[in-house]
Amino acid sequence: MSAPVRVFVPRDAAARSLGADAVVCALEAEAARRGTPVTIVRNGSRGMLWLEPLVEVETAAGRVAYGPVRASDVPRLFAQGMLTGGTHPLRVGRPEAHPFLARQQRLVFERCGVTDPTSLADYEAHGGWKGLRAALDLSGAQSVEAVTTSGLRGRGGAGFPTGIKWKTVLDTPADRKYVVCNADEGDSGTFSDRMVMEGDPYLLLEGMAIAGVALGATMGYIYLRSEYPDAERVLTEAIARARAAGFLGERVLGGTKAFDVELRRGAGAYVCGEETALLESLEGKRGIVRYRPPVPAVAGLWGKPTALNNVVTLASVPWIFAHGGAAYREFGTGRSRGTLPFQLAGNVKQGGLVEVPFGLTLRQLVEDFGGGTRSGLPVKAVQVGGPLGAYLPDADLDVPLDYEALTAKDAILGHGGVVVFDETCDMAALARYAMEFCAVESCGKCTPCRIGSTRGVEVIDRIVAGSQRAKNVALLEDLCETLTHASLCALGGLTPLPVKSALKHFPEDFGLERAVAARPGAGRP
Amino acid sequence: MTPTAPPALPPDVTAAVERAIAAHVGRPGALLPILHAVQDALGFVPPDALPRIAHALNLSRADVHGVVTFYHDFRNAPPGRHVVKLCRAEACQAVGSEEVVRDVCERFGTKMGTTRADGALTVEPVYCLGNCALGPSALLDGALRGRVSASGLAAELPDVIGAGGAS
Repeated sequence: MSAPVRVFVPRDAAARSLGADAVVCALEAEAARRGTPVTIVRNGSRGMLWLEPLVEVETAAGRVAYGPVRASDVPRLFAQGMLTGGTHPLRVGRPEAHPFLARQQRLVFERCGVTDPTSLADYEAHGGWKGLRAALDLSGAQSVEAVTTSGLRGRGGAGFPTGIKWKTVLDTPADRKYVVCNADEGDSGTFSDRMVMEGDPYLLLEGMAIAGVALGATMGYIYLRSEYPDAERVLTEAIARARAAGFLGERVLGGTKAFDVELRRGAGAYVCGEETALLESLEGKRGIVRYRPPVPAVAGLWGKPTALNNVVTLASVPWIFAHGGAAYREFGTGRSRGTLPFQLAGNVKQGGLVEVPFGLTLRQLVEDFGGGTRSGLPVKAVQVGGPLGAYLPDADLDVPLDYEALTAKDAILGHGGVVVFDETCDMAALARYAMEFCAVESCGKCTPCRIGSTRGVEVIDRIVAGSQRAKNVALLEDLCETLTHASLCALGGLTPLPVKSALKHFPEDFGLERAVAARPGAGRP
Repeated sequence: MTPTAPPALPPDVTAAVERAIAAHVGRPGALLPILHAVQDALGFVPPDALPRIAHALNLSRADVHGVVTFYHDFRNAPPGRHVVKLCRAEACQAVGSEEVVRDVCERFGTKMGTTRADGALTVEPVYCLGNCALGPSALLDGALRGRVSASGLAAELPDVIGAGGAS
């Protein structure tokens, strides 16, 4: 009897949301019925999410993919020789050769979808732990130097240079230091953190261990949002396995350094993605934003110096240590170095994960990778950077995707989420939603955010209802100024971005003449 | 502060709360893990259990009340037999989530953010499930669903449709 054929079906939550588990059951049933042994591997997702569940078969000529597969497709797939890469309308071919993947430059996501996420053997065979091994031979200062050289900036949204943050932690004397991973990925349109955690969890653990070893922290926490139960299961298993195999614990890789990781579940508060609110929450309190200074790198978790980094930031670190900071720096443009895993979402034909060096234009991302809208209607607006990001009109889509270029457009890159809207969307409703979201999620500490967001909803309602429009537009702009400059954190401080951009580029959706709201040079002709 | 005697709790609640406390009390920042463990066991965090949790952590009852009420996840009453969380964030709005919200409420005879009178179903909003390329998204009894519609959810919840909820 021949050896079982390996068949890959993602365990990624997105694939499971469209029936990947049922596909596995159907594959097993059909294989049993035919007496053809198969071994099912639950891999991560390749990030071609419109093709999920994407089933891959290991053949003599490499892996061959089929998708999107439904359980009911399985008998016919078998009949047409799927296990040897046979032709079928759902045949995608070699996944790496698909234009969506072939045009990417994957550093963080190089293993995601290829390996079994919780297999330590797979991780090591695909280059895992090289970065940690290198870091164990470096001093703290040398490690910080490597990160500084790489040009890596915080991928959570703020884009703060990671090297400076790490240096601050290293240089602050303390009896204890912590590494905290911000896995509270609350921005709509983002899922790269989730995909790393579900598809390549050891990468995150390795990045955290490197930070711990470099900075003298012995304990790391992952603050994971409760909306990600799949990620919680994978990480829980990965942490236990990594600890049992000696990658975490009292003696990391058998050396003299100790570092362990604990997973903590959030409780559905968006504001806990803000770093100081996250720390409060980890300490068991209400997720209320702290005043800064001191920054967490000086006085963070339980008052100790804390390297608080986003999932993708930490997941970028192993590559930097394995290949060198200078090699990482080769990618990117201007002051945005390396790659960013962009997430294409919303009304887009080919949604998914696109990891490319900074500098690609938004139009290339939406049109070349995304293939336009899912509905087939023209693109009306693209929101970049989550619920606190600006809405960009079609005329602005040629902006290169790097931190500074977006800032120059009164926009943010944020966590790299790109949400596409077609012409049926109502920008006034979306602006109102931005204020409403801020009101729901405000921690309540500062007045502009707590009160201003509710007033913002009311003022937008008045504008849309046609009540004293000019006066209320001026009032809304004034309110936005107050939120921008007087809020304690980015929630209140950036909520004006989606509101003001919607008003500026799409005044007609608010019932305004274009001339009333548009400033010189703003918006489309 | 003179604490009044805590109210008597049903035995199953007491057992769940004591288990949660015992499992986590020694950890730094134990309050959220304890609250999660209680809700995982009971489906909600009974307000009458808060004094016991406060006592175990040497916190004031006000502190614990403040934390429980701050976070959207914690419920103070049992949810319906089924819980549907519908995503209302931008990426799902871009593919018609607001229509799904309307259709679901209409079809199941309930309102957003409430539990149906017969206790069969709770429908709640959620702001992003990280399934933004395959929206509209929902969590159905904790399991993620993509490209959802009211009819698709109804097909998965045959015991809820027509079970006396529609008014």
